[in-house]
Amino acid sequence: MTSSTGIGASLLRKEDQRFLMGRGNYVSDIKRPGMTMGAFLRSPHAHARILAIRSDAALAMPGVLAVLTGEDLRADGVGGLPCAWPVTGKGGAPTKEPTHPPLAQDKVRHVGDPVAFIIAESLLQARNAAEAVEVDYEALPAVGGVLEAIKPGAPAVFEDIPDNVCVDWELGDKAATDAAFQGAAHVARISLVNNRLVGNPMEPRAAIGEYDSSREHYTLWTTSQFPHIVKLLMGNFVLGIAQHKLRVVSPDVGGGFGVKQFHYAEEALVTWGSRRVGRPVKWVAERSEGFISDAHGRDHVTEAEMALSEDGHFLGLRVRTIANMGGYLSTFGPNIPTNLYGPLLAGVYTTPAIYCEVKAVFTNTVPVDAYRGAGRPEATFVLERLVDVAAAELGIDRAEIRRRNMIPPGAYPYQTPVMMEYDSGDPGGCLAKALLKADWDGFAQRKGQSAARGKLRGIGLCTYVEACGLAPSRIAASLGVRGGLFESAAVRVHPTGEVTVLMGSHNHGQGHETTFAQIASELLGIPADKVEIVFGDTDRVQFGLGTYGSRSLAVGGSALVKATNKVITKGKKIAAHMFEAAEADIEFKDGSFTVAGTDRHKPFAEIALSAHFPVNFPLETLEPGLEEQAFYDPVNFTFPCGAHIAELEIDPETGTVELLSYIAVDDIGTVINPMIVEGQIVGGIVQGIGQALYEDCIYDQESGQLLSGSFMDYCLPRADNFPLISVETNITACTHNPLGSKGCGELGTIGSPATVINAVVDALSHLGVNHVDMPATPNRLWRIIANAGAAPVVP
Amino acid sequence: MRTFEYLRPATLQEALGSLSGLANSKPMAGGMTLIPAMKMRLSTPARLVDLGGLEELRGIRVDAAAVTVGASSTHESVANSALVRAAIPALCEVAGGIGDPQVRNRGTLGGSIANNDPAADYPAALLGLDAQVLTTRRTLSAAEFFVGLFDTALGDGELITAVRFPVPAAAAYEKFKSPASRYAMVGVFAARTAGGVRVAVTGAGAGVFRAGVIEAALEEKFSVDALTSLRFPSDGLNTDIHADAQYCAHLVGVLARRAVARILYVGRR
Ligand SMILES: Cc1cc2nc3c(=O)[nH]c(=O)nc-3n(C[C@H](O)[C@H](O)[C@H](O)COP(=O)(O)OP(=O)(O)OC[C@H]3O[C@@H](n4cnc5c(N)ncnc54)[C@H](O)[C@@H]3O)c2cc1C
Repeated sequence: MTSSTGIGASLLRKEDQRFLMGRGNYVSDIKRPGMTMGAFLRSPHAHARILAIRSDAALAMPGVLAVLTGEDLRADGVGGLPCAWPVTGKGGAPTKEPTHPPLAQDKVRHVGDPVAFIIAESLLQARNAAEAVEVDYEALPAVGGVLEAIKPGAPAVFEDIPDNVCVDWELGDKAATDAAFQGAAHVARISLVNNRLVGNPMEPRAAIGEYDSSREHYTLWTTSQFPHIVKLLMGNFVLGIAQHKLRVVSPDVGGGFGVKQFHYAEEALVTWGSRRVGRPVKWVAERSEGFISDAHGRDHVTEAEMALSEDGHFLGLRVRTIANMGGYLSTFGPNIPTNLYGPLLAGVYTTPAIYCEVKAVFTNTVPVDAYRGAGRPEATFVLERLVDVAAAELGIDRAEIRRRNMIPPGAYPYQTPVMMEYDSGDPGGCLAKALLKADWDGFAQRKGQSAARGKLRGIGLCTYVEACGLAPSRIAASLGVRGGLFESAAVRVHPTGEVTVLMGSHNHGQGHETTFAQIASELLGIPADKVEIVFGDTDRVQFGLGTYGSRSLAVGGSALVKATNKVITKGKKIAAHMFEAAEADIEFKDGSFTVAGTDRHKPFAEIALSAHFPVNFPLETLEPGLEEQAFYDPVNFTFPCGAHIAELEIDPETGTVELLSYIAVDDIGTVINPMIVEGQIVGGIVQGIGQALYEDCIYDQESGQLLSGSFMDYCLPRADNFPLISVETNITACTHNPLGSKGCGELGTIGSPATVINAVVDALSHLGVNHVDMPATPNRLWRIIANAGAAPVVP
Repeated sequence: MRTFEYLRPATLQEALGSLSGLANSKPMAGGMTLIPAMKMRLSTPARLVDLGGLEELRGIRVDAAAVTVGASSTHESVANSALVRAAIPALCEVAGGIGDPQVRNRGTLGGSIANNDPAADYPAALLGLDAQVLTTRRTLSAAEFFVGLFDTALGDGELITAVRFPVPAAAAYEKFKSPASRYAMVGVFAARTAGGVRVAVTGAGAGVFRAGVIEAALEEKFSVDALTSLRFPSDGLNTDIHADAQYCAHLVGVLARRAVARILYVGRR
């Protein structure tokens, strides 16, 4: 039965009831008996030696319980924050993984590096005491950007890594790619910067640690996208807490975008601190603290070239990127600009030879890690900008050059020259739909109308592929990950037929409580409101890897299907026993167990009841109870793809961009809840447009000071910056998971930066412009226009 | 934030006493600027004297010559005042373009000009209209009042009570919002007044200033054409991560032309 609450229904989000009523339960809402408050003293320097820390005055202040420093960590044998996904560089060279102490030891390496953790009865007392801690610094020369960091003689972030290179990585066949360039009729080139971003989830990070000496047991409440991984990393590598003595809870979390999928120093410090003071310790980041302590995203400098035949066929692609790792390695840092970047350079095209080199470097900035899209927007930006440059230089229509090189529908599964085998996809279908919807052919007329009003109109297009559904453990292990990437689900059927589902993935805005309930509803034939989704507590939920990399549905949802099918299988056993029929003769359909070919049937709830009152069960062959668990490890990544088109106007007098329309047509596999999918895609697109037009995390390249550390200077876009975004789908099912779903959490960020910049460049193409760096701010565009000598239009 | 004493006096007399009674006392109007500064510990008053209860600082009065706006008038109340709209519609535009609805419902004229943020909107209107700032001690012209970056002529314990805006023949305000803060990256207030053409610029420099070259060109001929070939000098203008000085100078020109066009073609006054 496709019940009205099953797969494909635009069910209103179950969780919105409590969110809209202000009844969410976030970490900062939690109060523990005897709870104390923590505050950090953070480094004002980008790079400095710590000569001395004097905390006597602070300790003597009212209410102050502890002032903890890197030396205290040393004394207690607390370890560094581990990197979970190093990669192997050229010639087998390992990633350099310098120690990342939770509180700075000897040196600070970025503005915001925590130097002391102050615990007091109240937040006010902790803050006052933080101001009273005296630190003697010897300021050192700093590097604020990747180009500064690789200059010979640049200050070294780590003394034992004098060239600041964390790993020098490569992918693809260099010889074959060189050969492709040698024979090429045309080579298109581009150099670009992928601007650094700050994720800024609405809820800042927060954590509470609580040590129970009577049980020698720790509990950590934290704003995490993956509580089980925090438990493993923090317990095992940082604090040395046995896993059965540690519980990690991530309750309602107000957005993550990747920012909350790392193990952070503050989590370890509240946990450790709670044992030091013998009371629970709470810390809640302020927004400005988030700017200097949340891992940042993107930050690449890239040169790329594409070899083409005379008729515009892509023959080869060569990419050299320098990626910023920041002042320490964050949990997944080195993996993002390598494994999640290089393989995506194939895009949706048949380019036969690709070679990519990535130098990941340390700088005196906040660590850089995954931010929604993570590596894939960066790759798509390089490729799709280059395709536009090539199209312009060869005089081929931008849609046509993409069609000419696109993987044809019959060619799936398609092996790219850079690692990935795409199982399915119809980017051509997406493109055709998007062109039609955007009235691509009617653009010239609209451009004319804009020109009559003194405006420069542009249209931009991008086709993209995403690799997500992270991840097949076998493949990921070969790429360096230290751990599995499966997902888990448990289906607990209550005696009365209602169902509690325990998911190893984590819901922090994605609507899981609704989507997963719909899957259970569909498979079990019960209404979604009889299904409760539980997540985010390592004591309640079996081990799971959490939510990131657009994996929750493709991997977690598949685990749920598997677990639910086990419930149905068990239910058939029970039904067979009750009907005294053969198990093979029992069918389950529309919420009923039926003896095939008869009208004898029992509803799901009745079987659930018998499972819990096994009065005459044959106990050797049939266990009581109805609860099943499943772990699912995918055989491949999933590959959503699509085509996006943006149309915009530039005011040549001021350089202001006004987006007029944005059209997305995406192939995301099976859709469970179209309304939630639309929300996810629009949200991603908005963040991608944010990168293209507004957001820019700026460090002074020489001093390493953060210049955009608040919303006064970091331009987070607002609703009035956007037109209505049109979202459509063009579905092919994923061939290797039971739902056929691919994922939709990140894809909006992947195609949109290139789409918007392609439109901006199109609007300026008459000036000979072939690239504009992000964000395309009014000042930047006005400069380009002014330099091109185009006299400003007068109203 | 640090701990502080909070007082809400009922009369101006009482307020002045409270302010002078303890060192490091500060008046608070809407709190839209002061409270964030206190949260970040950039401002750490020992005593906060809330002006919200003072009748003397409220109200908008209009006569033939001027619009007098009480210091405690919120941006929203000015933006929506029929009296102001009838006399100086450009003033409604200035107030209505500040921040967002929450800020406009709390933030006040007095708080805005006392703060004298170099990117604030009201200072352009005051200087452009040659307004007078009425305080508990004296009356100052706008030019005297705005001293420099976040600095005014106000003395310790001196309160703004109202601002008197002479009614111009016509005026218009053009604001180019900084994409992040939405304060004025550049704002130009142009007015035809009894004393001649006045053009005040906010956002572009260390504080509000008059654009003399533009005023001179417009005195000669009040038209858009008069400004077409004029290149506003960028010396001394701001360069930061959002805008460089040349861009600011360019925007001054663009916005001045747009303001003049509005005065000439859209609406009188
Ligand atoms: C999100 C946001 C956006 C904003 N956007 C803009 C914008 O686009 N344009 C713009 O111009 N402004 C903007 N502002 C600032 C806004 O206009 C503030 O309201 C204003 O600057 C301060 O007014 P207030 O009444 O809140 O003053 P308060 O914050 O209470 O006080 C500010 C200062 O003035 C002093 N003060 C207050 N009243 C008096 C008085 N009567 N006499 C003497 N001193 C006094 C206080 O002691 C304090 O030093 C924005 C503010 C915010 C928070």
